[in-house]
Amino acid sequence: MPPHRRLLHRRPSLRRPSLRRSSLRRLPRVSGRGRASRMDMRDLWAESLAGVLARPVRSALTTLGTVLGITTLVITMGIAATAGNQIVGRFDELTATTISVDVPANRDPLVTWEAAAELTRLRGVTSAAALAQTAKSAALTVRANNLVDPTAVSEQSMNVLAATPELPTAAKGRMIQGRFFDAGHDRRGDRVAVLGEQAAKLLKITALENAPAVFIKGRAYTVIGILGDLRREEVLGASVIVPRSVGADFDVHHVSRVLINTTLGAADMIAKQVPTALSPNRAAELHIAAPPSPKRAREGVESDVNGLFLILGLVSLVVGAVGIANVTLVTVMERIAEIGLRRSLGAARRHIAAQFLLESTLIGLTGGVIGTSVGVVAVVAVSAARQWTPVLDVQLALAAPVVGAVVGLLAGLYPALRAARMEPVDALR
Amino acid sequence: MRDIRDMRDTNEVIRLENVSRVFATDPPVYALAKVSLVIRHGDYVAIVGPSGSGKSTLLNTLGLLDRPTSGSYLLDGIETTALKDKERTWLRGSRIGFVYQSFHLLAQRTVVENVMLAEVYGGRDRRHRRNRAIEALERVGMGHRVKFLPNRLSGGERQRVAIARAMMGTPSLLLCDEPTGNLDTRNTDAVLDLFDTLRDQGMTLVVITHEDQVSERAQRRVSISDGILTEEH
Repeated sequence: MPPHRRLLHRRPSLRRPSLRRSSLRRLPRVSGRGRASRMDMRDLWAESLAGVLARPVRSALTTLGTVLGITTLVITMGIAATAGNQIVGRFDELTATTISVDVPANRDPLVTWEAAAELTRLRGVTSAAALAQTAKSAALTVRANNLVDPTAVSEQSMNVLAATPELPTAAKGRMIQGRFFDAGHDRRGDRVAVLGEQAAKLLKITALENAPAVFIKGRAYTVIGILGDLRREEVLGASVIVPRSVGADFDVHHVSRVLINTTLGAADMIAKQVPTALSPNRAAELHIAAPPSPKRAREGVESDVNGLFLILGLVSLVVGAVGIANVTLVTVMERIAEIGLRRSLGAARRHIAAQFLLESTLIGLTGGVIGTSVGVVAVVAVSAARQWTPVLDVQLALAAPVVGAVVGLLAGLYPALRAARMEPVDALR
Repeated sequence: MRDIRDMRDTNEVIRLENVSRVFATDPPVYALAKVSLVIRHGDYVAIVGPSGSGKSTLLNTLGLLDRPTSGSYLLDGIETTALKDKERTWLRGSRIGFVYQSFHLLAQRTVVENVMLAEVYGGRDRRHRRNRAIEALERVGMGHRVKFLPNRLSGGERQRVAIARAMMGTPSLLLCDEPTGNLDTRNTDAVLDLFDTLRDQGMTLVVITHEDQVSERAQRRVSISDGILTEEH
């Protein structure tokens, strides 16, 4: 110990002259001008936290409003993103496996019927069908009978097209009644027709037991089936489909469109190979419609779903804010004496305001943290129950507690102002 | 800058000169009428008077909780009437210790936390605050109740805690508003004994009361009636 320290050690009165007296000594005279009370940030935190914890049940109940609001917000946004992802996932499955090829009209056939049939030999192609139509065949007069009845509309203008027997599979449709034509019909040139679902309704053909016929250009074609539930090429629903050999009756000879389905993930590769396979010499003239980018579709669905749910969440959040404002106001009224005491201990108005603001912000923040946790757990639970992949924006999970705190801050503004405006004389009365 | 009047009597804690407080009601109420009063360091003054006499207004004026309509009030030589609100707040926090009839202890905070509260707004170093609070509690004989909650204490004990809190900021003045109003005779005696001890240690005390038992213990008695002050001898 250095000598001067030792001296102090031996004579404590020098170091701290009479403890009792020192705390009673009068402060040196100074002017009061420009002096103001100060509050350490740590004290502000400690006082606010103590204020919140002093009434634990009430604070918990107040928090509940924000918890509900934030939970709703996180759940709705999380479920929306998850469900949106799921919906888009289904879209992807459909759109990512379909390719269509448009063949420009030409005097010589660009694509032969045989080439389309042989596409299935490409690895990754699950089904393929060729269609043929012309501008004329797209609007032919079709009648359900051969009678002229001036009182009823008995003729319809319809799309008539020729197709290969694989069409129902390639168009992802289903035979609602009867059957589709096969290679035999085609080879023999049987005058048979398959109607799309809407076409059958328009022609009032509902049952096939009596082998109804449709009349095109005055010739009868036996209806052997009705095709419906199309998941691509919905236009076929309003069409009359005939074998390619019958197509010659309407000057339809050449393939105008090819529908191809691939296995998942093969579409891009097949889209590159198809032109060469269909028309080795004039591949560049074909128009390939490859799957659309799935990303844009996903964003579209998400914004639709989110917009609606977001309003729901915000409404519950406002309800939560009103709850905090209400309870904080009641708390301020109950703590009038405490406010007066603090003012008499030297608290400035801003110290009172800051404490109440921080208290309501802490309640909001707590509600935000709990709400976010509950929301995330709920999203994961719902996803698990439905065997979905939970999708939740990390930014949302981080922002939600902040939103809670901001809600608490805003809700506390008015009560805090009321508390700060209180005159100490009135508060102590 | 020091005011030249500071130099007149360095022993003066309070100097009221022709202080009036008029409440602008209809008709106007003259709560204080040209009151003059000097209280020196170490004085123990009792202010007595019936209710409605202007006692509370005088206390609020002395405690810088209310501003006089006219006249001047020097606290520790500082002219307070011209100060801004926040300057008065600082002065109140640093120079005056309040003791109330209803104690005003925070029910959810322990005894020592209640006492520590007195230093929260003073800007004083947080270190050793707890020790200073315990020291203040020991001085009022409450060192053994440091971690108690106020509702487990008797009225007299609560008031002693409140006095410890008022002493915490080393004030120039202890301003007591009916400090024994809620206490029984035995506890009143204990608190009054404590006031005597504090006075002996050099503290300046102003006690507002309507109880003779209290005012008799004071060294000076000032009575107030209809806003007019009379010194009794």
